[in-house]
Amino acid sequence: MEKLNLKMTTYFIAYFNILLKSFAIILPLLLAVAFLTLLERKIMASMHQRKGPNVVGFFGLLQAFADGLKLFIKETIFPNSANILIFVLAPITTFLISLVVWAAIPFGDNLVISDLNLGVVYIFAISSLGVYGIIFSGWSSNSKWAFLGSLRSTAQMISYEVSIGIIVLCVLLCVGSLNFFDIVESQRKIWFVVPLFPLFIMFFVSGLAETNRSPFDLPEAEAELVSGYNTEYSGIGFVLFFLGEYSNMVLMSSIITIYFFGGWFSPFNYISVLPILPGTFWFGLKTASFLFLFIWVRATYPRYRYDQLMRLGWKVFLPFSLGWLIFVAGFLLGFDLYI
Amino acid sequence: MINLLFYFFSSFSIVFSLAVIVSKNPVHSVLSLILVFFNVAGFFVILGAEFLALLFIVVYVGAVAVLFLFVIMMLDIKFVSLNFSMYRYILIFFVFGFIFFFNFFFIFFDDLISIKTRYNFLSFFVNYFLSVDFISNWCSFVMFSNNLIIFSYFIYTYYFFPFVISSIILLISMIGAISLTLHRRNDVKRQFIYKQINRTFSNSIVWKN
Repeated sequence: MEKLNLKMTTYFIAYFNILLKSFAIILPLLLAVAFLTLLERKIMASMHQRKGPNVVGFFGLLQAFADGLKLFIKETIFPNSANILIFVLAPITTFLISLVVWAAIPFGDNLVISDLNLGVVYIFAISSLGVYGIIFSGWSSNSKWAFLGSLRSTAQMISYEVSIGIIVLCVLLCVGSLNFFDIVESQRKIWFVVPLFPLFIMFFVSGLAETNRSPFDLPEAEAELVSGYNTEYSGIGFVLFFLGEYSNMVLMSSIITIYFFGGWFSPFNYISVLPILPGTFWFGLKTASFLFLFIWVRATYPRYRYDQLMRLGWKVFLPFSLGWLIFVAGFLLGFDLYI
Repeated sequence: MINLLFYFFSSFSIVFSLAVIVSKNPVHSVLSLILVFFNVAGFFVILGAEFLALLFIVVYVGAVAVLFLFVIMMLDIKFVSLNFSMYRYILIFFVFGFIFFFNFFFIFFDDLISIKTRYNFLSFFVNYFLSVDFISNWCSFVMFSNNLIIFSYFIYTYYFFPFVISSIILLISMIGAISLTLHRRNDVKRQFIYKQINRTFSNSIVWKN
């Protein structure tokens, strides 16, 4: 009895540990998404010389929560000819996948849920599943707009995944490991933006296309497709899609931070004039600045045409990133041989 | 725990692969196909081949099944009527089942590597694992080699021939698929970006009398 009790306690502690860890990721993530929407509206407003949301709370700080509450108490509507099972499962899948990816992202030194040796492949695999929520939602809602939007979105995500994969391969060639800690640790001397600057630009643009942000927000194209794959969703289904999309944005910017901007290393390592701040601060700062860049791009550029988008993905980014892959491999090999 | 996981994955993969065949809606059957892929990836995780499992998910679930879905959704078949008897196909089922069974039988008991390579492979194992170097350094070998390193080590040294052959086969099939589906129409107006960029004032404005 004593022994069984001990075993039960051990299991309980282990499960409680996992539960706490996942809450410690999920709750700040949802808060970050809430404030990201506010940030987006404020920045867009100031770029349009408007005020933006300023009624709910100080400077509209509580606007996101008011919107969330409104959406949660809305009625969930099922279209008459929808395939109910898949219609319900699609937003849940999107949201779940966008949360599961965060298990392998490190935020600081030894700050990660699971330190995978194949972290990069894990993230690549899981984010390639994000297509399914979109394509199933478009098909199951049995509406032409939603279906066209989902087909566009899926084709776009698959095309840009190819170039993203090859760019990541270039980074991995420089690191020699698929572990995120190794990737960040190998940027201690110099961040990868400096030697791989064109790849960083391509990765950022592919990230815009991958997260369906403007100027590549063709799936949403409100002028022609109402709002794309989530046209038929109301209430909680829409909230789940929205949260999934925005947490994918946060994920993409933190991945850019890890691959190219030295993760949690501060830019003032050598000068050490500033008081020493924790690495998570720098990680958050870099991620937030990339999110700002996402929003800046949205406020600046007009939407691409669809054939231009496909041309950019397949005829420009793919050959260029393949060329860089061969160049980086040859360069590293040359250094290994002759220096 | 491992046994439990094995039974979990195998029972689900059997159930879902039956659902692929039985379900009336083709999109439902693709959905169950995706779940079968997932469960098979679970087998790889149990075997300790995490890299293969993740690769399986990337390739099959992330790419192949999406293309299946594309094709099925674009075709205008909502429901296939299943009013005919499935027993008509039982003879064909047995023939194909027999062929597949023997295929797998031969694959498992005979592989495509020549004897010389296999001998080299074995001698590598013997030399490596019994060498002084390995015995003194086994700790570092266990600590610093992972799934991917060992996998790529063998692929690029002892199995490079099948690896190169399979990549060439894939390349040929890709080119074949492209050349089968590529037909350029001449009556479509196209945008040539290089022409647009190269246009200047002097070569676009012509003075006509």
